[in-house]
Amino acid sequence: MSVYEQIAQARASAIGEIEQAGDMESLTALEPMLFGKKSTLGGLKRLMGEVDAADKADVGQALNQAQTDVRQAHATVKERFIAENRRAQLETERLDLTESLGGSNRGHLHLVTQTMERLEDVFVGMGFTVSEGPQAETDWYNFEALNLPAAHPARSMFDTLYLDLGERTEIGDGDGGEATNILLRTHTSPVQIRVMESNPPPIYTVCPGRVFRRDTADASHMPVFHQIEGLVIDHGISLTDLAGTLNEFTAAYFGGAIRSRLRPSYFPFTEPSAEFDITCVICEGEGCQTCQRTGWIELGGCGMVHPNVLSNCGIDSEEWTGFAFGFGIDRLALMRHGIKDLRDMYTNDVRFLEQF
Amino acid sequence: MKVLLSWLREFAPIEGDPYELADHMSDLGMAVEETRVLDPLNGVVVARVASLRPHPEADRIQLVDVEVEPNNPVQVCCGAFNMSEGDLIPFATIGTVMPDGMEIAQRKMRGEVSNGMCCSAAELNLGSDHDGIMILPQGLTVGAPLMDQIGLVGDVLWDLEINPNRPDAMSVAGVARDLAARLDVPFEIPDWSESVSEPLEGDLASINVEDGELCPRFTARVIRGVSVGESPLWMQMRLTLLGMRPINSVVDVSNYVMLELGTPNHTYDLSLVPNGHIGVRRATDGETILTLDGQERTLLSGDGLIVNEDSEPIGIAGVMGGATTEISASTEAVLLELASWESESIARTSQRLGLRSEASARFERGTDWKLNINAVQRFCYLLNEITPDGIELVGEVLDVHGALPENEAVSVRNSRMSLLLGRDFTSTEIRDLLVPIGFDVEATDSEDVQLVTVPSFRPDTETETDIAEEVARHYGYSSLGTTVPRSPDAGRLTAEQKTRRTIRQIMIGSGLVEAMPNPFLAPDDVSKAGLSVENPVQLLNPLAVEESVLRPSLLPGLLTSVGYNYSHRNRGVRLFETGAVFGASNDSTSSLPDEYEQLAALLSDSDAASAVGLLRELGDGLKVEFRLINTDDLPGLHPTRGARICIGEVEIGSVGEIDPVVLERYEIDDRCAWLDLRVDQIIQAAIADSDVPYEPVSTFPSSDVDLAFLVDEGVQASAIELTLRNAAGDELQDLQLFDVFRSDQIDQGSRSLAFSIRLQAKDRTLGEEEVGGIRQRCIEAVETSHKATLRS
Ligand SMILES: [Zn+2]
Repeated sequence: MSVYEQIAQARASAIGEIEQAGDMESLTALEPMLFGKKSTLGGLKRLMGEVDAADKADVGQALNQAQTDVRQAHATVKERFIAENRRAQLETERLDLTESLGGSNRGHLHLVTQTMERLEDVFVGMGFTVSEGPQAETDWYNFEALNLPAAHPARSMFDTLYLDLGERTEIGDGDGGEATNILLRTHTSPVQIRVMESNPPPIYTVCPGRVFRRDTADASHMPVFHQIEGLVIDHGISLTDLAGTLNEFTAAYFGGAIRSRLRPSYFPFTEPSAEFDITCVICEGEGCQTCQRTGWIELGGCGMVHPNVLSNCGIDSEEWTGFAFGFGIDRLALMRHGIKDLRDMYTNDVRFLEQF
Repeated sequence: MKVLLSWLREFAPIEGDPYELADHMSDLGMAVEETRVLDPLNGVVVARVASLRPHPEADRIQLVDVEVEPNNPVQVCCGAFNMSEGDLIPFATIGTVMPDGMEIAQRKMRGEVSNGMCCSAAELNLGSDHDGIMILPQGLTVGAPLMDQIGLVGDVLWDLEINPNRPDAMSVAGVARDLAARLDVPFEIPDWSESVSEPLEGDLASINVEDGELCPRFTARVIRGVSVGESPLWMQMRLTLLGMRPINSVVDVSNYVMLELGTPNHTYDLSLVPNGHIGVRRATDGETILTLDGQERTLLSGDGLIVNEDSEPIGIAGVMGGATTEISASTEAVLLELASWESESIARTSQRLGLRSEASARFERGTDWKLNINAVQRFCYLLNEITPDGIELVGEVLDVHGALPENEAVSVRNSRMSLLLGRDFTSTEIRDLLVPIGFDVEATDSEDVQLVTVPSFRPDTETETDIAEEVARHYGYSSLGTTVPRSPDAGRLTAEQKTRRTIRQIMIGSGLVEAMPNPFLAPDDVSKAGLSVENPVQLLNPLAVEESVLRPSLLPGLLTSVGYNYSHRNRGVRLFETGAVFGASNDSTSSLPDEYEQLAALLSDSDAASAVGLLRELGDGLKVEFRLINTDDLPGLHPTRGARICIGEVEIGSVGEIDPVVLERYEIDDRCAWLDLRVDQIIQAAIADSDVPYEPVSTFPSSDVDLAFLVDEGVQASAIELTLRNAAGDELQDLQLFDVFRSDQIDQGSRSLAFSIRLQAKDRTLGEEEVGGIRQRCIEAVETSHKATLRS
């Protein structure tokens, strides 16, 4: 047998062995027989000494080629085994991803809180701060400072819940120490008074919060509900500034198609006073049952801060002017989500709460 | 206030599309709640009831022969029984589409043919009466279209919302004045003075006003030759459409004048007023009067009274007349009263007695004393018109008054108008806007200033700012334009407000749902929840006793909410709330009760450990360290599963489980975990700790040491933890309790607590010897300071 034949035979036998290996283990066991000095091809290297000098290069090349072929065959088979093993392993890990147990574990904010935060965010974006104050208030902050002295007929607009604090009910407030009634605030306007008392203008703030009225609960009234009011006091503030600010808010909160308008109204704490309407969000102004075919929905009240209110807070009404506005948060949430009955928001049934 | 186009047109030539007119009225501050173009009622005609017969097969309906053409009656089945033969009625012929959309067809009822429908006022949308068929007055043309015959073709009815500052707009004339100014058409109150023949000589009545403050003006007139009957249909229709019930000719005229001019008035049967003498005084406490509605009313001092010559009450001023002098079918002589009243007094009295009437609504806003004489003339004019033989006036109009208030002129600056309204107004523009609504405008030496006199029918308008509103109102709020002012500062939430939002986010991140229970409690709700609060804040005027206490804790509300969910098969609910709680204050400088914001969570089907876990989440999220002190018998909590929560040394809340006895009361049959914290305290701590300086991460390897101790049940795990923390010193990187183990093999009264301690130095690798030293220090510290031994 020529040296070339021997090489060819050794190559063929090695590759044959490789191809017969059934798994990674037997392939690994073959490796000493395929590579290294003990392998058949390795053994043939010793023949190099016996080869004619002239043939040495050719034989060497044949030997190298045979070795490369064996390595190639080994690598191919090894790769195949790795891939097969990996596939088998992964198959054992197969999951049905729809077999999820239990529901989501994320909680939910109350719809009123969500609405309140959205409103706050819009006003913060417009340059306002957010102010807060107590829910139990003195008559002074809730009424008198707002140009609503005790005998004012417009007080009947507010069905007020008063607190029984025993003897303390008669303790004076900050206003000259006169006896005062303590009540649950009927609007967040007392916060406006507190802000004006303690901060010099300019003031750009909103006052969101819980308010109370002596109202029997029905589909559109609750004795406890939520409001947001806004207050701007600055040099040269006018009624057009109020209209513009409410317009900007309306577009930011409801979206571009919804506009706002002002209609004359009456509130003791503002003059001129206005009602603040927005385009009906249901029909977008076409006219529907919700808006009684007017295309508009009444959202809240507003106006230029009454000079008496400014002077009650120590602000010179000749130098500073301002506007205030307010509207209900609960009703806004109701409108946005098509909730028919306000009471549903306060049953605390998780089947309601988890929808938002 | 409702107004009818045809009525408005008696004061001003108002024309236009009904809906555009509605927009004008809304834009003038008289918000239109409904615009109703009256249905022409095509097919509804005047018909005569020819005969009435029982239906042979039915008791509840009868057969009516109705004549639309003379002598050609058609048979109709009808469910009403208020008709008599000869009556005129509205009749819907076959093919008529009724206002509600129903089409009238020939049909059979129990075997009898019905060829149309006899109509009630409600069915025609001409009133609220749907019990009987509308009986029309005699004299109408049988067969003629109904609306033609009653003069309402093409009429429009608007329902307006009138603000309390607009007494003038509580009348047809007042609305017409405002609308005429907007439309730039003339407005006039007609002259009714010459309508009735000259008064006869006579002195049949006298007036004595004791309290001029209560009654600034009292005007009266004696009328004889009155015959009380039905008022004409056109008057009845107008009253009905404006929401008042026709009663009799005298009362109807009285109401008609009130609606038309905004001047409430009252009529007395003169023969029932001894010597025609009427007095006005304030009531004394406890005085009583029988009012027109047959009720006995008890009065308080301050209430206004009309009295007879013996000073006995015969009417409550401005609110309701008395029964003793009521107009009746036999009344022949009438004393007409037109008085002005102090509005606060009327408001107080009518509110207290629950007697809000059309009259009191107008007096509360303030009526126009200047109109008294016009109103008397209008009353006489109308009553004369509708009385077949005419009426007789006797004597002069009695008019008692002191010095009547004349409004002072107000200085109005153009510059101030422009500043307030955001648009430049000239003197001419201001004059042109104010004069048509009755204001008097007079120029001054200054180009910027004019003197504006407010008319008597606008008592609300007193100052320059009030006049700015009138200028804006008639110029049109929407025509002023818009501008947007800019705050000189950036808008932002405060750190407190942001932290409160973070707290809520942590709660919902832990799977909790935010609830908003009622903050009002029933008196026994506090003890039902296991709490004992000595003086919870009470409402002075609650709507119901179930809502008479202001919550001292969030616990009762959340328990009720979880109970509600359990009763609706929503088990395992996890609720939280942030909200104000109230308590009696000890602070003598404030008159307000204590009020602070609490965060509370109620986790049903969970044990105390879940609440502690939630507290951990909160502490981790806010970087606040909470300390727990196991405490027995916290109010409302499981007696052996509760702890107080402290930040540093300050107690800020409690955590644990709800007392099973309490849960039973709310019908919750699962364990419930509870967490309750003062929000202001957490926020304060969170903000204080928010600027933690960075500590570089050590690059040296760390070593772990695990230690398990047998610890007496009386020793808190947190105490061991604190000891370990102190003993491990600066090299302590992390300390966790990772196993708690109780078993029979452990001594009674103790448990095994296993801690894992990770040690790491900032500047070197800790050697085995050093780690061993720290380990030993930890063991010794725990064993010497607590009833605890290392588990081998
Ligand atoms: Zn609509």
